[in-house]
Amino acid sequence: MMPDFLASWLDQNDIFNAMTIMEYWDGAVTTVQLVFVSLIIGLVCAVPLAILRTVRNPFVSGPVWLYTYLFRGTPLLIQLYIIYYGVAQIPGIQETFWWEIFREPFYPALLAFALNTCAYTTEIIRGAIMSTPHGEIEAAKAYGMNWFMRMRRIVLPSAARRAVQAYSNEVIFMLHSSAIASVVTIVDLTGAARNIYSRFYAPFDAFIFVALCYMVLTFILVFAFRKLENHLLRHQRPVGS
Amino acid sequence: MLDLKGYGPALLNGAVVTIELAFLSLALALALGLIGAAAKLSNNRIAVGIATSYTTLIRGVPDLVMMLLFYYGGQVGVNMLSDYIWEAYEVDFFFQFDPFISGVVTIGLIFGAYMTETFRGAFLAVETGQIEAARAYGFSSWHTFRRVMVPQMLRHALPGIGNNWQVLLKTTALVSIIGLTDMVRVAEEAAKAERMPFHFFIPVACVYLALTAGSELFIKWLDKRANVGVIQENG
Repeated sequence: MMPDFLASWLDQNDIFNAMTIMEYWDGAVTTVQLVFVSLIIGLVCAVPLAILRTVRNPFVSGPVWLYTYLFRGTPLLIQLYIIYYGVAQIPGIQETFWWEIFREPFYPALLAFALNTCAYTTEIIRGAIMSTPHGEIEAAKAYGMNWFMRMRRIVLPSAARRAVQAYSNEVIFMLHSSAIASVVTIVDLTGAARNIYSRFYAPFDAFIFVALCYMVLTFILVFAFRKLENHLLRHQRPVGS
Repeated sequence: MLDLKGYGPALLNGAVVTIELAFLSLALALALGLIGAAAKLSNNRIAVGIATSYTTLIRGVPDLVMMLLFYYGGQVGVNMLSDYIWEAYEVDFFFQFDPFISGVVTIGLIFGAYMTETFRGAFLAVETGQIEAARAYGFSSWHTFRRVMVPQMLRHALPGIGNNWQVLLKTTALVSIIGLTDMVRVAEEAAKAERMPFHFFIPVACVYLALTAGSELFIKWLDKRANVGVIQENG
């Protein structure tokens, strides 16, 4: 019987006990928080930035281009290090209330992740906005819609449909990149695995288990995005299916 | 001028390590990608199954976790193997699993999975008529692969290879975590010792920017060359 086998196996091993499982669970909660919050911040900032990036005036789109270029051209690890080690060096920050927030490693990591994902998301949304069919905009203009209404009713919804595929990849990339949070002493999933590895010197148990955890999270995301994509593109489904 | 406090040569060596690592992993990734794509497109169900589970597994696991698994687990695995060989055949075999090797193996394996998808798409983009024509001329399947499929598929694969290369280059920064003294590692040590994070990380970030920008130009040039003789939609 499977449960008997599982129970005896769990009895014999001293790595997967209630304490380490709780450690993994806390790590998973931290990972999900970190990824979810930074994705939300990134997405909220990316929409206006992407619109600015499509403006013809180079003084408006230039700075946004520079921001996305810098953050997409350098490794996230370096961005994390610059923010994590750099914040403490800002003169006078240790006297302000910001220090209370940024002395914890969680918030510098959150800031680095949010800035990074925002840069990638901006480019994804920009690409989707740029490929809006001309006819859609012309039709909206013919209906007398002003710029704001056109954006809200026509351009952004249609761009969202085109962006969702690339964005789902970005979300999964973010989940995987978040593993580097363990480098700045955050105990996320990877951090929990590293702690347990160093306690038991059991690399296979510690890291294969955490790899499976990430895999489960990834497949949940893939499934959710597939549902979302079906929902957004339901008007394009062939009749009768 | 930028004063690197005596860390200049170490940073330069680190940059060389980063570039070596990137090129070796790229070579491994391209080889794995070609094998994977060939397996995915073959009629052999076992080969298809292995290639599919390889790409699915790799894409589900973070690169850092994989690297830690290979680095810490690799040595344990090698030790187990050498114990076994000693007991079974009395052959003394030992092999030090250093961070460089585990870095190359991990990054190569990860990007091999992405390259598999790139090459698969590119092979599918080659017209079947070309393959039929090669067959009609009596080419063997290896000959068809080498003389007809590969040259034509490269044109379709280049943009994907370029993207993967850009991501690969940035992933090499992770090897500093498992203790390889690449430029990120040197910069981190210097930044901690001198308490000057911006001073050391920003030049390293600029090196990465230069590498990605340079390879972007190179890929554009390659792409132009590969597409000679093909009419482009938007030139």
